[in-house]
Amino acid sequence: MKNQDTIPRQIWEFFCSVKLTVYTLVLLAVTSIIGTVVLQNGTPQQYINLYGKGLYNLIQVFSIDDMYHAWWFLFLLLLLCINIVVCSVERLSLVWKTIFPKQIRFNPDRFLRSKKICTFFVDQSPDSATAACENWLSKQVGPVHKKKGENFRTVYAEKGRWTRIGVFVVHASVLLLLMGALIGSVFGFKANVRIDEGDQVNTVFAAKTREPVQLDFVIRCNEFEVKFYDTGAPEEFRSNLTIIEDGQETLTTDIRVNHPLRYKGINIFQSSYGTTSAGAAVMAITDNITGQEITRTMQVGETITLPDETGSFQLQGFLPHFDFRGRNLGEAFFGKVTLNDKEGFQIGLPLQFPTFDKMRKGRFSFVVKEFEKKYYTGLQVTKDPGVWYVYAGFVLMILGCWVTFFMSHQSYLIAVEPVSDGKTSIHLAGRTNRSTQNLNLKLAGMATRLENHLKKG
Amino acid sequence: MNSSFALSSTTFLYGLAMVCYFGSFAFKNKHLAKAGFYVLCTGLLMNTAGIGLRWVESYQMGYGRAPFSNMYESLVFFSWTMAVLYVFVELKYREQGFGVFVSPLIFLAIAYASFDPSISARINPLIPALKSNWLIAHVVTCFLGYAGFALAFGLSIIYFIKPKQTAENGAFARLPSWDVIDELTYQMVVFGFLFLTIGIITGAVWANSAWGKYWSWDPKETWSLITWFVYAIFMHLRLMRGWHGKNLALVSIVGFVAVLFTYFGVNFLLSGLHSYA
Ligand code: HEM
Repeated sequence: MKNQDTIPRQIWEFFCSVKLTVYTLVLLAVTSIIGTVVLQNGTPQQYINLYGKGLYNLIQVFSIDDMYHAWWFLFLLLLLCINIVVCSVERLSLVWKTIFPKQIRFNPDRFLRSKKICTFFVDQSPDSATAACENWLSKQVGPVHKKKGENFRTVYAEKGRWTRIGVFVVHASVLLLLMGALIGSVFGFKANVRIDEGDQVNTVFAAKTREPVQLDFVIRCNEFEVKFYDTGAPEEFRSNLTIIEDGQETLTTDIRVNHPLRYKGINIFQSSYGTTSAGAAVMAITDNITGQEITRTMQVGETITLPDETGSFQLQGFLPHFDFRGRNLGEAFFGKVTLNDKEGFQIGLPLQFPTFDKMRKGRFSFVVKEFEKKYYTGLQVTKDPGVWYVYAGFVLMILGCWVTFFMSHQSYLIAVEPVSDGKTSIHLAGRTNRSTQNLNLKLAGMATRLENHLKKG
Repeated sequence: MNSSFALSSTTFLYGLAMVCYFGSFAFKNKHLAKAGFYVLCTGLLMNTAGIGLRWVESYQMGYGRAPFSNMYESLVFFSWTMAVLYVFVELKYREQGFGVFVSPLIFLAIAYASFDPSISARINPLIPALKSNWLIAHVVTCFLGYAGFALAFGLSIIYFIKPKQTAENGAFARLPSWDVIDELTYQMVVFGFLFLTIGIITGAVWANSAWGKYWSWDPKETWSLITWFVYAIFMHLRLMRGWHGKNLALVSIVGFVAVLFTYFGVNFLLSGLHSYA
């Protein structure tokens, strides 16, 4: 560490420090709360209604309406990345030397000073005990190294040096994740589209900007189906789609929620549905003078004559949202009634309110008894070339954490010490770079097994 | 036996185990702690049976789904994960003293599920978005993670109750020593962190298969990330001078508050994709 005070070195040290990590993580954690409390991606009007004009200015300056993409939030993430890179570079060479040492060295004194040494006696000569210990340790742990001390002999073995790399894998996985997210947001898109049954599209609309996005193929929705449980809750949404590329039908398949279609890097998800139009409808027409009721099955667009040649009725169309004096009455048909001596007028027939048309108090009242629904399917269409980096990051993070947390570099030393009359005392000690508690538990178990091994043979 | 009987007796047994642990603490009685442990194990068996039976019953009702998909079931499962982890730790490290801090958590989770009238124990069919094997992986791993943090919380509390040096026969003598608490808390945090990580990841993979986006900054997601940050902070603070014992225990307590907020607070106070569970 020469040049300790030069400015580049100071900058390097700054980006290297775990203190910076802690500050950055605290800032990330605290500021992340904001976005869960303040409305995200709302319209200006919503913000002004919620928070007033003054606060809205503040929200705009700091992009709090989309804070997880705000410059300062991304800056914090960048800082974290620099911190990880610098810190890893600084430490890697050192750890590399530990993982791949030129020669394995050990210092028996450091083991024998530890508080948790397991000691027992055996009725064996030091020579045979040493040989047995060597044999046992090499099977339990790994290749054995030996040393002769002044009044004892030591046998040493170790395992798990490589586990020291685990923490680098964890940190690298954070970088990989963020890189994947960046690639996804630069080269990918997320869009929505609605397709009526029987229709096809090749343009979808970006979720945020509503800008059209052209696809390289055409999606046709052949059929949409929704199933319900007895309780009325939806059980399954299913769309049957065909992909048409250069005029050729290349693929026909069903998609369901949780079972999307992935085609040439584009993912197509079932996200919503609705009724867009209707086929044939069964109409009940009541003559309010005679009390007579007739039923007719009509196609949209069809015209029928009313009883007694009094006029005609045309079923004109279907509305998913029927607006009546500013109220949304839901799905409805509408049609035109023309009585012989008068000008025609339009009527609405909301499905949820069968008596609606009766309240008009005309000569005839109309009710839709049944009809054939035509659905549209709402699809989410996404492209995310970064997702594989993110998934690789996921795998590495789990593996890295597993290795770091549950595995360790452990070394064990057995000291064989001659005591009088052919008796030998055996000391077992260990060291680890991780949990000493676990190691101590392990040592106790190992000592018992070693003792049994020596006494048996 | 049906699931509701099994789960009511679980509640009772966990309550009894808690009383035993309290008694052993108050009267410095070793046998009561042993009794508490056996009662807790019996409760755990019942808890396991209850979850299994609920699974079977859902098939009998024709829905056939894993019992991890509403508030009631998640609380019952939370009790289960905490109990499993506690039993494991007590067996492995032979420390019984801190049962007095953990058994109330185990009892409270399942008692809250049973007694809060707004939490329904009915077996409802699953909406389409929840029909995924990732859901099972997601819930199981998240709650294993939460259990680790709950135990870390129980251990951290001891720092604020037990003096560093205790009299040989005092009420605190049988609680683990500060060194052991330090190590055990760390082990629990690490366990929790690993499983929360897997939980967040399986959630992301699931979201990607259901909605085409692995991360959408929905409040529940964001809060689980905040929780994850807090425990990452915990682990890095340990590397710094002066951060051990009480100071660090405080961070673990903050972390558990974040867990609770992720779990309950988000459902009640904020809105988002996760409002069902
Ligand atoms: C979100 C970001 C990060 C995550 C998830 C993360 C995760 C971890 C984990 C799981 C450990 C192991 C903890 C343990 O052994 O108890 C660790 C250790 C460590 N981290 Fe990070 N870390 C992050 C960022 C950073 C950054 C930016 C630095 C830069 C200084 C850093 C420096 C270290 C160091 C020096 C260690 C100790 C390594 C050792 O024990 O040999 N970490 N980190």
